[in-house]
This record gives sequence, C-alpha cells and structure tokens, in this order.
Amino acid sequence: MSSATTPPDSDPTQRRRVHNMLKLYYGLNEEGKATEQAESLDPCDINGPHFDPEIYLNKLRKECSLAELMDHESCMVKQIRSLDSDMQTLVYENYNKFISATDTIRKMKNDFKKMEDEMDCLSANMTAITEFSARISGTLQDQHAQITKLSGVHTLLRKLQFLFELPARLNKCLELQAYAQAVSAHRRARCVLQQYSHMPSFRGIQDDCHVIMEQLAQQLRQKFRDGGSSAKDLSECVELLLQLDEPAEELCDKFLSHAQSRLEADLQGLEAELKDSTVTDTGGASVQKTSPGSNPVSPSSSAFNPFLSPTAGTDILEFIDRGCNEFVSSLCLVIASYQELFISRPQEGELASKNIPEMANGKLHVFVDTLAARYFSLVERRIQEEKGVGDNSLLVRALDRFHRRLQAISKLLPGSAVPSQGTEIVVRAARERIKQYLSALQTFYHDSLTDVRQALAAPRLSVGGASASGGGALVGGATNKDAPPSLPELLTSLSNFILNQLKSVLASVHLFTAKDITFSNKPYFKGEFCSQGVREGLVVSFIKFICQSSRQYCESAGDRGGSTPPALLLLLSRLCLDYETSTISYILTLTDEQFLVQHHTPVTPVTALCAEAREAAQKLLNHYVKVQGLIISQMLRKSVETRDWVNTIEPRNVRAVMKRVVEDTTSIDVQVGLLYEEGVRKAHSSDSSKRTFSVYSSSRQQIRYAPSYTPSAPMDTNLLSNIHKLFSERIDIFSPVEFNKVSVLTGIIKISLKTFLECVRLRTFGRYGLQQIQVDCHYLQMYLWRFVSDENLVHFLLDEIVGSAAHRCLDPSPMEQSVIEVICERG
Amino acid sequence: MEDDAPVIYGLEFQARALTAQTAETDAIRFLVGTQSLKFDNQIHIIDFDDENNMINKSVLLHDAGEIWHIGGSPADKAVLTTCYNKTSESRVLTCAAVWRMPPEWESGSHESPDDSSNNPQTLELLCHLDNTAHGSVACVLWEPMGDGKRVISLAENHVLLWDLQESSSKATISSSATLEGKGQLKFTTGKWSPHHNSTQLATANDTAIRGWDLRSMSQIYCIENAHGQLVRDLDFNPNKQYYLASCGDDCKVKFWDVRHISEPVKSLEEHSHWVWSVRYNHSHDQLLLTGSSDSRVILSNMVSISSEPFGHLVDDDDLSDNEENQQEDKGKEPLQDSIIATYEEHEDSVYAVEWSAADPWLFASLSYDGRLVINRVPRALKYRILL
Repeated sequence: MSSATTPPDSDPTQRRRVHNMLKLYYGLNEEGKATEQAESLDPCDINGPHFDPEIYLNKLRKECSLAELMDHESCMVKQIRSLDSDMQTLVYENYNKFISATDTIRKMKNDFKKMEDEMDCLSANMTAITEFSARISGTLQDQHAQITKLSGVHTLLRKLQFLFELPARLNKCLELQAYAQAVSAHRRARCVLQQYSHMPSFRGIQDDCHVIMEQLAQQLRQKFRDGGSSAKDLSECVELLLQLDEPAEELCDKFLSHAQSRLEADLQGLEAELKDSTVTDTGGASVQKTSPGSNPVSPSSSAFNPFLSPTAGTDILEFIDRGCNEFVSSLCLVIASYQELFISRPQEGELASKNIPEMANGKLHVFVDTLAARYFSLVERRIQEEKGVGDNSLLVRALDRFHRRLQAISKLLPGSAVPSQGTEIVVRAARERIKQYLSALQTFYHDSLTDVRQALAAPRLSVGGASASGGGALVGGATNKDAPPSLPELLTSLSNFILNQLKSVLASVHLFTAKDITFSNKPYFKGEFCSQGVREGLVVSFIKFICQSSRQYCESAGDRGGSTPPALLLLLSRLCLDYETSTISYILTLTDEQFLVQHHTPVTPVTALCAEAREAAQKLLNHYVKVQGLIISQMLRKSVETRDWVNTIEPRNVRAVMKRVVEDTTSIDVQVGLLYEEGVRKAHSSDSSKRTFSVYSSSRQQIRYAPSYTPSAPMDTNLLSNIHKLFSERIDIFSPVEFNKVSVLTGIIKISLKTFLECVRLRTFGRYGLQQIQVDCHYLQMYLWRFVSDENLVHFLLDEIVGSAAHRCLDPSPMEQSVIEVICERG
Repeated sequence: MEDDAPVIYGLEFQARALTAQTAETDAIRFLVGTQSLKFDNQIHIIDFDDENNMINKSVLLHDAGEIWHIGGSPADKAVLTTCYNKTSESRVLTCAAVWRMPPEWESGSHESPDDSSNNPQTLELLCHLDNTAHGSVACVLWEPMGDGKRVISLAENHVLLWDLQESSSKATISSSATLEGKGQLKFTTGKWSPHHNSTQLATANDTAIRGWDLRSMSQIYCIENAHGQLVRDLDFNPNKQYYLASCGDDCKVKFWDVRHISEPVKSLEEHSHWVWSVRYNHSHDQLLLTGSSDSRVILSNMVSISSEPFGHLVDDDDLSDNEENQQEDKGKEPLQDSIIATYEEHEDSVYAVEWSAADPWLFASLSYDGRLVINRVPRALKYRILL
C-alpha cells in the first residue's frame, strides 16, 4: 500500500503497528521480543498489551491542556473509526473466502463418490483376467518343458558334432597350416575329451586328436627349428606351443638358441668385416706411407689417417652402424618378443604356478650378457684397430651411436649390465684414444725433429731438392724461397707445427665432450676425462715428453760423440725456453678453457712444467756449449798431439787449425746469434785490440823472463802465474751458461782454450815449437776477444798456454813480438 | 776442526807423479816425482807426522829425466818404478826403470831437511824395463799385494808383463800382448786388478776400457766409448771384484760392472773439466777421490754401489748407554750418495790424487804447480762410517 492512498492519520508506523498486532495474533512474530517487551511494559502505550486506560487517561488529564485533550480526543476518535473500518474490511474478505472453500469441498465430495464406483468395477475386471490367465498357463505348462529339453539336446548335439568333427577339422587346419585355429579348437575340446575319456567313442576321438596335435606340435617345432621363419612367426609358434603345454623352460631355451643362431650370424658378419678391414687397413697404411707430407698445409690429415683413404675398408662408423642395425636391433627384437612371450604374458591356470617369468628372465639375462660380451669384444677389437688419429669425429660418432643404441637395451631390460659395460667400453676407448693421441703427438714431434735435422743437414746448395723430398712439410711450409730455412724460421715453423698439431688434437678430443653426444654427460667425461685424461694425460704428458726427449738428446749424444747436430741442440734449447716463457701457460690455459677442467684431483701446476722446461733448456744449452767446445777442442787436441814439437821448423804461418778454430767460432757466433740475444759483456775499451797487445805484451815479458831462469830460481814462472791467478777468479770450465750469445761463446772458448792448455802441458817443445805456439796464440788473441764477455779471460788462458809451452820447451827462446805480429797479420 | 785443516807442501818444480808408498804401513808416506826439463828431477819422499800435523820431506835425485809416472813396490818399500822422459837429440822417449832408494835417505833427512836439498842422494838404478822395441811407456803397474817380482808396463799398444829377478836387478818379459786395430792405438793408462789372484788387468786407450786376462794375455772385455772423450784413469773397487771406476775428459766419473758393460752402473758429473785421477779408498770403498784440471779435488760418498750399502753393522749389545744408542740410531740413517767435500786448495790442474797406504782417512793430491795437499776425511763422516 502506497503512502498516497493512505489517509493522513494512518501514517506508516501506524499501519505497521496494526499489522504487527495481527501477526501477533496469528503467531507470526517478525520482530525481536526485546523491543516488543520494551514497548509492552509501558501502561501508557495505547498499542501495548499492558495498556491501562485509567492510567493513560489520568496521565493525559494531568499532562495536557484542554485544547490538547480536545485534539487528542478527536485524534483518538478518528483512529478508532479507522480501526473499525479496517476490521470490517478484513472480516468481509475472510468471509468470502470461506464461502468459496465450502463450495469447492462440496463439489469434491460428489466427484469422489463417482470415482469409487469406477474403481470397484475395475477390480472386478482384474479378478476375471487373473482367473483366465491362470487357466491358460496351466494348459501350456507341459509343452514348455518339452521345448526347453529339446533345445538342451540340440546344444549337446552340436557340441558332440564338434567333437566328432574335430579330428577332421584339425586335419584340415593342419593342411592349411592354420595352426592357431587348430590349437584353439583343440583347447576347447580338450577338457571334455579328458572328462569323458572313459567312454570308448570319446576315447577314440581323443586319441585321434592327440595324434593330430602331436603332429601339429611336431610341425610347429619343426618350424621353430627352421632358421628361416621370421621373429614374428616364431613368436606365434612359441605362443601356440606354450598353449599346447610344452614345457616353458625348454621353449625358452629353444627360442633363445634359435635367436642366438641368428644373432651369431650377425656377429660373424661383423667379425668377417673386422678381418677384412684389418687386411685392407694395413694395405691402406702402407700406401699412405709412400707419399708423406704431400699436403703441407695439413700434414696430419694425410700422414696420420690411413682410414680416410679410399682403399681402406669400412670405417668404424659403418661398422658400428652395421652392428647396431643388425645385431643390436635384432637383439632388442628378441628381447622384446621374448619378454612378451614368456615374461609379461598374463598367467593363467597351472602356468602361473610354475613361476615362468623369473626363470625366463634369468635365462634372458644370461643370454643377453653372453651375446653382448661377444659383441663388445668385437667392437673393442674394432676400436683398437682405430689407430689413425686424423679424424676423431668418426670414432666419436660411432661411439655415440654405439652408446645410444645400447640405451634401448637398458630400457628393455632394466637390470642388465650391458649398457654400463657399453659405457665402460666408451670410456676405455676414450682413454685409449688419448694415449694414441699422445703417442701420435710424440711421433709427430719426432718426425718434425727429423725434418728439422734433415733441413739442417741439407747441403746449402741443393735446397730445392731438399725441401721437396727430405724436408717435407716443415721445410716446405717454412720457406718458399730458394734460400735454405734459417734457424729462426725452422724454430718458428717447428713450434707452430707442434702448437697447431696440439690444438687440432685438442679439438678432436674435445668432440668427446660435445653436448650432443650421449655419453658426454657421464661423470667420467665431465670430470676425470677432462682433468686426468686430457690435461694430465695428454697436454702435460706431451710437454713433459718434449722436455724429456730434449734431455735425452743431451745424454745420448754426449756418449756417442755428438750424434745430434749442435744446431738442433741450440734450436731445442730455444724451443724449451720459449715454452717456459709463454707456450706452456698458453697451452694449459687453452686446455682449461676448452674443457672447463674442474680440478678434483691434484694436477701439475704450470710453474712445475715451466721449471722443467727451463731446466731442459739450460741443459740443452750447456750441452750445446759442450758439444761445440768439444768439436773445437778435438781439433786443437789432435793438432797438438800429432805434431812433433821438438823437430818442427821455424814458424812462417799461423797454423791452419787456428784459422779453422776462428772460423768455426765465428760461425757458431752467427748461429747462436740467430736464436739468442746478444747478452751483456764487460765494456770493451774503445781500443780493445790495442789492449790485447798490452796484456799480451805482459805475457811476452813473462816469456822473455823464461830464458833468464837461473838454476837457483826455478819458481819464477810459477810465481808469476800464481800471482796472476791470485788476481783472477777461478775459472769454471764447464759452467752453466746463461741464455745469451756472449755467455754461450764464452763457454765454448773457455773449453777450447783449456783443452789447448792441457794438451800443451803434455808435450815437450823445441825452440820453434814454442814459437809456433806463440804465433798461434797471438792469432787467437786477435780474433777471439770479441766473442767473450770478459776479454781478460781469453788473455789469461792464452798467457797460460804460452807460459806452459815455454816451460815445456827444451830451448826456450821466444820469437820477437813484432815478428809474431807480422806473421799473424799476413794471415 | 783444527785437525781437519789441510797441510800444504810446495815443490820447486812442476809435478804430475804421485804415489803412496804401498809397502809402508806404519808411516804416512807419499812419493812425488817432479817434471823439469832443465834441472835434475827429484823424487820427494813426503812423510806426514799425523800427531804433530807436520811434514817431513826427503829428496832423492832422479837424474834420468822428468817423471811422468811413479809406482811403489808392494813388497819392498825401498823399491819403486818411474816412467821418465828421455830426450836424446831431437827425440823424446818415455822410458821406465826400477829404482832402489839409497838406504841412508831416512837417517839423513830427519836431521836437517835443508841439507838434503843441498846434497841430495841419488836413486840407485836396479834395471831398465827395456822398451826400445815397443815405444814410450805410459805407466808401470806393480802386481797388487804381490811379492814385488812382477810388473806390467804399458808401452804404446803393448802390454808387457815383466819378471824381476835377482833382487829386481834383472827384468825379463815373461809375456806380452798387443792391441791391434785401426789407427794408432796407444794405451793411456791401466790398472792391475787386485782380485782374481791378480790375473786381470784393465787398460784404457782413447775412449775404450779393456780388460785382459794375464794368464792367456787375451782381452776379456772391452767397453767401447766408456767415456765421451779420452779415458784418463781407472781404479778397481778393492772390495767388489767386478766394480771399476773410470774418469775422463768428458768431466765424468763412471762406475762399471764389468759383467754388464753396456751401461755404467752410475755416472757422476761434478767436475767442470777433465778428471785426471780417480781412487777408491783402500778400506772403505764408498769413499772415492777424484782430481781434475778444474783445480778441484772431490771426495764423494758412493754408498749405494759400495760393498757396505747399508752402513757398517754394529752389535748394539755392546752399547749399554741409552744416550749413545739414540745417537747411534740417528747415525744409522742410510747415507745417500753424495759429495762429501770439494777441496779447493789447488790453483792449478790436479793430475794426481792418492790415498795413504797407512791411514785410510788421509789422502794427498798433487797439482801441476808442485803443490801437494794432504787432507783428511771429515771426522763426522769417519765416525759415521766406523760406528
């Protein structure tokens, strides 16, 4: 009801109150009782239940004025009137509803009465129907039973017919080779025949069936035994035989032996190939050897890999491929079908009790292990044949494939040791490979050295021929000019070749750890392979090898009288020194970067290697000094020993051997200067040659002193030389040299002159013998001072020589200094 | 230690030849032969007084020529051999002779050394080892521990075995052998082995070492290229019969087992110039002395290849004192092969070193300038070896 239609006296609260009262009356309480009670407690509340008109009236009368009372009274009257009219309206409305309800009930009463009648009628009818129905079923009972019996007989007959026809059917199946049908038919009949076997007719059938099935089993076995049938046929066969109650163990064995025969055929194929390839490989290698270094740019690819040549047999990748495709895949197939047949098939009836899977699984493992072992041995033999180190990618790919295919077996046969054995083979192959690379590097190093040796030995004039045939790649790569390769060129080319070879080897080895290779994430390849294998086993070993072989040059050559050319010693010494200063750390850093070596195990530090290289360099240089010194010493020694110094003629010339000594020293100086720096020498005075004179003249005085020996003063020469010695330092003849030219030359000259001295002391001289020594020494003095770090050393030694000669002279009358000078300047 | 200070004796002349007086076992005595072309050569008899650390010398004249090699008889201490240069006209030949020292030298020398130099006595010539047919003699070797009746001389390429008869006054060649080969072969030195009843000899020529059987006078082994250059000296290990030390111009000292001659047992390279002399200690063969023309003498301890590789075995029961025992244990650590000492008293090339025959801990070295130095094995080492 909207506010517009309500009269002004009946405001919403008023109406609500009315509603509430009505609700209260009908027990519909919407609002909380608390408010109701609060309202109701006031006796002055005209709407409350405790309203007391007396109190209210009194209150009004006390509180209100007359006018207000009048207003209140009129308002009250108005309210009463409106309430009355409301009540009237409600009563009226309810009355009407009662009337209509009464009408409806009355109508319903009539309708029900009619319906009751109809229901009575229906029940009567139903009774009649039931009666009829009972009567009919009574009459049909007999016939129904008969029909049921007949249909039973019919089924039995059909079964019997099946049984009787069974032999014929089986025969037919046998003819048609429909073994599966036959077996299923027989299986269906088997129980029945078994049950009724006491009846002769059934027995006959059973016997017939037995015979036929026996035949069938025979045929199946035959087929099973025949090699020709495919794996699928075979598995079908096995399944049928299993259904025919063949013993499972026997079947397993047969199945496996059959599979084995086929796999062995594969293996034999592989083996035959292996033999073929060995034959052709050696052939290929020998062919290769005839043209070494034909490709100077990459000597490794042609000289070190016989497998790349077209004459060689199948490469290892093909071999492994074949092994994978034939052997491994059929092995997988066998495993799969075997597992399907014997292990994972649902067990039923009595088969379940025999625990076939366990037995079969055991057999399978033994089978796989033995075959895999043979396969592995073949693969290993093949890998071992892979000696050529040129192209590693082929081997790595082959190993990768090998390893990858074995993963299939691991999936099929979770407990098998085969994949881990395969991994071991890969690891072994990798190890072997590193060893091969090391030895290849060593061979390469030796070959390079041989090349260098030949280049050094090659006569200077026939250069073209030398670089084409003997010098090979090294010389060819070093110079394209007509001039022979000089020492620095040889050095740089040698060290470049070694470095490049090492780099290419590292790159090849790096293939093992490539990301797309399945086995690269095995722990071995992540850790040990990098640190122990590549870094230690390959790089460090190689560097050590270089140092070691260099040292060997020192030892062996010394005893056999310098079989190593001195220039090679010098070259190697410089090489080792270069290694010490830069190359070693470069190589190791390169290795560490490439292989991300994580050093779990202690590795050789760079400093140790450097120390070793330096030691080798020092040793080589010392040895070089010794060898060169020896060569010159030998010349001097022979020249002193073979001459009859007592009966020699008056000297007219410097002896040729002295010129030779100076020439050789000069050429050594040039040779060393090519590879080593000048080095420090004590400052020469500007007039060194003059000073040599002055020093020499002092020795001349000494010689002049010699004839004035008196019998009473035999010690004067000793005294002189002893005083000399007091002021000069002790000379270490074979002392370690420094890495520079002057030091090297000083060492050589010291050795030579000391030898000269010792030889002179062993001889006895005549007058002219002494004079010849004087001339020779002066000549040496003129030329040798410029090579050494301290010219006084030369002076001292030469003075000693002349002094000793004078002392060992029977008739010591020295030559005039001016004459000596003239002779020497004349040459 | 004061006692370890070297004793130095200077000769007036240059000298190369030094030997211990082998037959003398009481006094420490060395013989030095001088080399002088112009003056009468001398043999200096150096007596070392161990207690007073003093040297007594006697000089005998050797007027035959300058002495290149000297050897004392093992039986008679007065008898010695020398190899000397004889210059006649324009020919220099090295001859060998057996000499007897005059009996009075001992008494005369002790009174006043100065007198002896003024009025030296002369050696008495017993006999020449006549070599006119064979050429210059490199050295003369007495039979080790023999009766002083047999000597071997090496002349050019001949090995000559002499019998000394009639108190050494007569020498006859009892057998000889000749080294044949390409070129002019020449023995440089040799050593008579004290083992095998003194039936073996080792010789050196150029870079090869050869062994000879004196009964058949035939070669029994040959170490070709034993050294890179000339072999200068040899010595037999006195206690190990197959062991031989050699030294040479390649600055090396090598040890050989003559049964396995392909490789040396050991090789030392301590000197910086030619090694002229190598000597085993007579009693303690781990002690090895080398002299070189780098003016150094080196005393090495080669325990590992000696006859006592594990040190001297001592009965520990004898030592009751605990402290001493502990010291003993310390000392028992196996000695390593090592250089014991380098002696730098010489200023010229050292051509000869020699152990004393009487005192195993004492040795002499001789340099070209005539300086003889007598040294001792350091005491610490001596006690280590002894105890």
